[in-house]
Amino acid sequence: MTDASDGTLFAQVRDPRNRADPYPLYARLRARPVARQDDGTVVASGHAEIRALLHDPRVSSEDLPPAEHPRTGNPVKDWIVNPLKDRIADRHRPFIFRDPPDHGLLRRQVMAQFTVARVRGMKRRTDALVAECLERCAEAASFDLVDDLAYPLPVTVICELLGVPREDEPRFHAWATQLATALEPESRKDEALRARNTETFDAIAGYMRDLIREKRKAPADDMLSGLATARDPEAGRMSDPDLIATAILLLIAGHETTVNLIANGMLTLLRHPDELARLRADPERAPRVIEELLRYEPPVHYRTRVARAPIPIAGTVIPEGAPLVLLFAAGNRDPARFPDPDRFDPDRADNQHFGFGGALHYCVGAPLARIEAEAALTALAARLRAPRLAEDPPPYRDGSSLRGPKRLRLVVDGIA
Amino acid sequence: MRDGTIVVAGASLAALRGAEALRARGFSGRLVLVGDEPHRPYDRPPLSKHVLTGEIAPEATTLPGVGALRAEWRLGAPVTGLDRAGRALLVGGGERLPFDRLLIATGARARPWPVPDEAALAGVHTVRSRDDAAALAAGLAARPERVLILGAGFIGCEVASSIRALGLPVTVADPAPSPLAGPLGPVIGGFVAGRMEAAGIDLRVGTEVAHLEGAAGRVRGARLTDGGTIAADLVVVALGAVRNTEWLAGSGLDADEGGLSCDGACRALDEAGRPDDAIFAAGDVARCPHPLFGGRPVALEHWGNAVAQAAHAARAMIDGPEAAGRYAEVPAFWSSQFGLTIKSLGLTEGADAVAVVQGHPRTGRFLAVYGREGHTVAAVSVDAGRWLPAYEAPIREGAPFPPIVGGADQPSVRPVPSGLPALQPA
Repeated sequence: MTDASDGTLFAQVRDPRNRADPYPLYARLRARPVARQDDGTVVASGHAEIRALLHDPRVSSEDLPPAEHPRTGNPVKDWIVNPLKDRIADRHRPFIFRDPPDHGLLRRQVMAQFTVARVRGMKRRTDALVAECLERCAEAASFDLVDDLAYPLPVTVICELLGVPREDEPRFHAWATQLATALEPESRKDEALRARNTETFDAIAGYMRDLIREKRKAPADDMLSGLATARDPEAGRMSDPDLIATAILLLIAGHETTVNLIANGMLTLLRHPDELARLRADPERAPRVIEELLRYEPPVHYRTRVARAPIPIAGTVIPEGAPLVLLFAAGNRDPARFPDPDRFDPDRADNQHFGFGGALHYCVGAPLARIEAEAALTALAARLRAPRLAEDPPPYRDGSSLRGPKRLRLVVDGIA
Repeated sequence: MRDGTIVVAGASLAALRGAEALRARGFSGRLVLVGDEPHRPYDRPPLSKHVLTGEIAPEATTLPGVGALRAEWRLGAPVTGLDRAGRALLVGGGERLPFDRLLIATGARARPWPVPDEAALAGVHTVRSRDDAAALAAGLAARPERVLILGAGFIGCEVASSIRALGLPVTVADPAPSPLAGPLGPVIGGFVAGRMEAAGIDLRVGTEVAHLEGAAGRVRGARLTDGGTIAADLVVVALGAVRNTEWLAGSGLDADEGGLSCDGACRALDEAGRPDDAIFAAGDVARCPHPLFGGRPVALEHWGNAVAQAAHAARAMIDGPEAAGRYAEVPAFWSSQFGLTIKSLGLTEGADAVAVVQGHPRTGRFLAVYGREGHTVAAVSVDAGRWLPAYEAPIREGAPFPPIVGGADQPSVRPVPSGLPALQPA
């Protein structure tokens, strides 16, 4: 069995042993840019094909299995009238799992909270937070970039932006890690995992419901207060289940993605020391470096969808109901779109990558992610003396979609 | 061709982008741009929008350049003729500019009110150039009692929206049954009519103006063909455009007020239909065959067409017509009016059917697809631009109409007659 006809390629992508370098598998998948796998999943790996499917209204984001309680069928700690809970949960999925028209209404209400003033304020705050993180590492000869900077920075930023008390962070650190598995295809089939996700969802939903109640009583200048009190001209006030689902989504998205951008980013720069030196000499290069990182080592390698109707594309037909994988990280390395795609080249022209997905579901937090990555990488380039990797490749986290190092130990001669 | 002399007739968007594309493709010779206006190239879309509302000063529309152009400029110098045999462009003031290659990008001008004496009345405006927009903005600053806009095409509607936003009373008159009837037909036109009326526009469809009336050299209103009158102390004539080709008379090239005929490589055609290997055209003035139009010639007045066609012509000029291939860019344009963003892909000309395939006019967000003889030819989104790219491939391929059925947020898809005129036989 050779290359594209190998219907296990995507299973190999998910195999943790291939986490450090999935790109050769992506190249083999691209030989058939829309390829059916042995388990019926259809994987799109070509840039043009991914772009077409991202915009296709037959491609649905409502691909989660129906909510059902894994043990008894009855909810445990509940916040809504019990027998209705599952149906309500089904209807009030976070907007990353919703299609138009609901998706657009919910997304618009979130975007309305991402005000210019808020994002600008976060830019100032981010620089200060990076400096604090580096202060704490100042005396050490080596540190873990993930634990000491790449993780705490975005978490603090999203907590402050949403108005979630930073001291509660240890509680939802675990919740976020658990719920982020919902983006991995394995979670759809693994009953035990789904059971844990349901329990976790109950816990975090209870927490958010109480927090939102507080915000309504005493609104502050944060996004949760804004979402809880705003009234959209078309959609009216966001319902409590939608509000809770949205808050959870933003919290998790703030936890699980930017950490990869920063960690993958520093890893890539350390593997390309010339580029690290150029960034140190010229911090103005940061935006180009970050766009290229989003192409070359994106924080989210793929997202899943489902075909609502048969879709003819690339000489094949995606059958109705087929689970669909949009393999962004493979499209980002498509030689038909990017010359010399496996080269890390911040000076690349016309860099239309899928680092933030695309079309209707284009990452809501993209401006924030860019700000955080710029603050972190320019500070690291400027202040670390002779940084080098303690291990290469580093150990990776479990996820093949949200892919990034679990740990990134750096050895330094000091921090300026 | 990498050296020698290239002259560009015109100094607007297509001329500038064409010149830049020539340099980007390695042309290192002498490059001369000739424009009849005194201004460096500027951007026209804001002229019917933010320039009229005062948000952008007319002179702030100057187009940013890409890279070092190293060009000679002849501004305020209208082209007066073409000596094809002698390979020279004749410029007002008597200058004779010899060329090895010529790019014709003289564009179009606003079609004036057909009665010259009436068109000359004070208070009668057109909107095409930066100076036109500045003059209209000055007229609006005097707070006219009522503005009458003749024509409810894209420019008429955008101008109506901008002027209404200033709080001035506005009447729009058009003989068609709805606004935008010519380019989009009555389905989307009817939706826009509702928005116009909600914005307080006095919309008179099915209304034909016979004469403009004046007193003491100033416009006072319009007399209609049915005998009625509309009082207005400022009139905007928005009746489309005329291509600037008069200067080509006697050159032997196939040109008229509908444009200069070209082949797929943007080479100008002579009256016998033979391409001239040294003369190219791009932008509003160029009438090129388009594969989406069954190879019929079409002159497109789109911003994106000016940019893409100029790049195509530049490639053909430098690398040869075979390297450039046939121009086949999917036409695209947008319009902002009455708080709506309308975007279009493809060519609606001659479409016989239209169907709303996503969203619904009731919600204010929808996408309609146009078909001709069972093939998909165009898609138009209203406040739903993120849906539009899905339709590019079906349009390019002429997919069965309606395409892409069975998606999220799709109503039951029911095609209706487009209300657009049929194509003239090729």
